[in-house]
Amino acid sequence: MAQTPMLEITALEKRFGTVEVLRSIDLKVGRGELVFVIGPSGSGKSTMLRCCNRLEEPTSGSIFIDGRNIVNCPAAELNRLRLQTGMVFQGFHLYPHMSVVRNVMLAQIKALKRDKVTARTRAMDMLDRVGLAHKADAMPSELSGGQQQRVAIARALALNPKVMLFDEPTSALDPELVGSVLKVMKDLRAEGMTMLVVSHEMAFAREAADRVVFMDGGVVVEQGPPEAIFGNPQHDRTRAFLSRVSHHAGAE
Amino acid sequence: MNAPAGFQRFVEVFFDGAIIDRYLPDLLSAMVTTLWLGAIIIVTGVAVGLVLACLRSLQVWWLTVPIVMFADILRALPPLVLILIFYFGLPGLGVMMSGPLVLFIVLAAVLAAFCEEIFWAGLTALPRGQWEAGRATGMSFAQTLIWVALPQAVRMGVPSLVNRSLAITKMTALGSVIGVKEVLAVSSSAQAMSGSATPLTMAAAAYLAIFLPAVILARWLERRFSWKV
Ligand SMILES: Nc1ncnc2c1ncn2[C@@H]1O[C@H](COP(=O)(O)OP(=O)(O)OP(=O)(O)O)[C@@H](O)[C@H]1O
Ligand SMILES: [Mg+2]
Repeated sequence: MAQTPMLEITALEKRFGTVEVLRSIDLKVGRGELVFVIGPSGSGKSTMLRCCNRLEEPTSGSIFIDGRNIVNCPAAELNRLRLQTGMVFQGFHLYPHMSVVRNVMLAQIKALKRDKVTARTRAMDMLDRVGLAHKADAMPSELSGGQQQRVAIARALALNPKVMLFDEPTSALDPELVGSVLKVMKDLRAEGMTMLVVSHEMAFAREAADRVVFMDGGVVVEQGPPEAIFGNPQHDRTRAFLSRVSHHAGAE
Repeated sequence: MNAPAGFQRFVEVFFDGAIIDRYLPDLLSAMVTTLWLGAIIIVTGVAVGLVLACLRSLQVWWLTVPIVMFADILRALPPLVLILIFYFGLPGLGVMMSGPLVLFIVLAAVLAAFCEEIFWAGLTALPRGQWEAGRATGMSFAQTLIWVALPQAVRMGVPSLVNRSLAITKMTALGSVIGVKEVLAVSSSAQAMSGSATPLTMAAAAYLAIFLPAVILARWLERRFSWKV
């Protein structure tokens, strides 16, 4: 039983009206694995991630989290189910009207029904973990983008998720702030968190990913260890994409 | 007519001491009426507007359609028309309501219509990511609405809410046409009885005494609740 993957996507399809955005996606993320998803814009990476906590409704297929299919789960159970996945967005989406620590406490109190003292203790632990305990009483607008994103990570972690989903967590950041967020992700990996990450940080993928998945046109084109995908891609589409991004990275 | 005499005449017409003495008690009690009417109109109007906006956010047509009709009709009709219909028309159907009750119902409803639109505008202006952040952390629709969306919608709406509340509260003066003993009614009947314009000056002073602090409070509120989001 211990070897069932933490996250398993099978035959996932997603259509928006008549537009097929995801087609027969199969993907496994083992316990404590960091799986990296790359692919051109519009290839369906975000949509796949958002299906994993049902911010998007899958059209068909199954998504198992810790062995349990979340796709046919009744709406009433959905809120409890979403606690199993922590989501980090490109745009942070901190609540601008509350202090940092209250941002991290809110869902603990409302969704997990923790009492305030417990929630605050947990929030301070999580803020400490992302190196921002000293900003607990600041308002989000007083933080840099990198700090805001780390608070968003702390907010998700505070709920003890089984899987963390990252959707381009560093794409909205100034280059000099990217490192602080990646470091937090690296720490999480070291602590054994299961993570599914959509990102364009290829260097980070090489360094930290257990597996890299290349998506294009709504399908998984190929996947494998980073050395294989980056060093010896099997598909033309993968090669074309990688040479595009490495050109881009080289130009910077 | 030389200047000092002109000034004296001005004072006699608008600031006649004897008239002030005679009508001050009536006017003070009228101020109390205006104040409490205004207060319950604001509280009820804002609260009902908030509830309507929340119901509308559920996005089911059988709630949305009546709410939008309510908001549009009440914002389109002059409140005086509604007041006259309620006060002079409804008794024909056997529904008798006192002047203050009619004034309260109509103005609270009109304010609720405007407030619903203000809250709704705030809710729709909220970035979708705020909702998603709330839902993704396991909070229900209602929890996300109450703790994430509404506080931001309210802050966005504060300037319009304050202005609209003041504008509607000033319409308590319309109560003078249906016998509500508020400031304008009392002072214009005093003006008719005494033949002096002084009671009208007193009315203006009374309105200033009520609404100037309210306007200042409004400014403070606007500053307090504005920050960059
Ligand atoms: N709500 C929606 N309604 C209709 N089409 C949508 C919707 N959301 C996404 N799409 C479409 O689905 C496709 C995949 O979008 P998605 O955001 O998943 O791509 P992505 O791989 O994350 O791209 P990017 O790298 O630009 O973020 C796109 O063609 C997009 O236009
Ligand atoms: Mg995307």
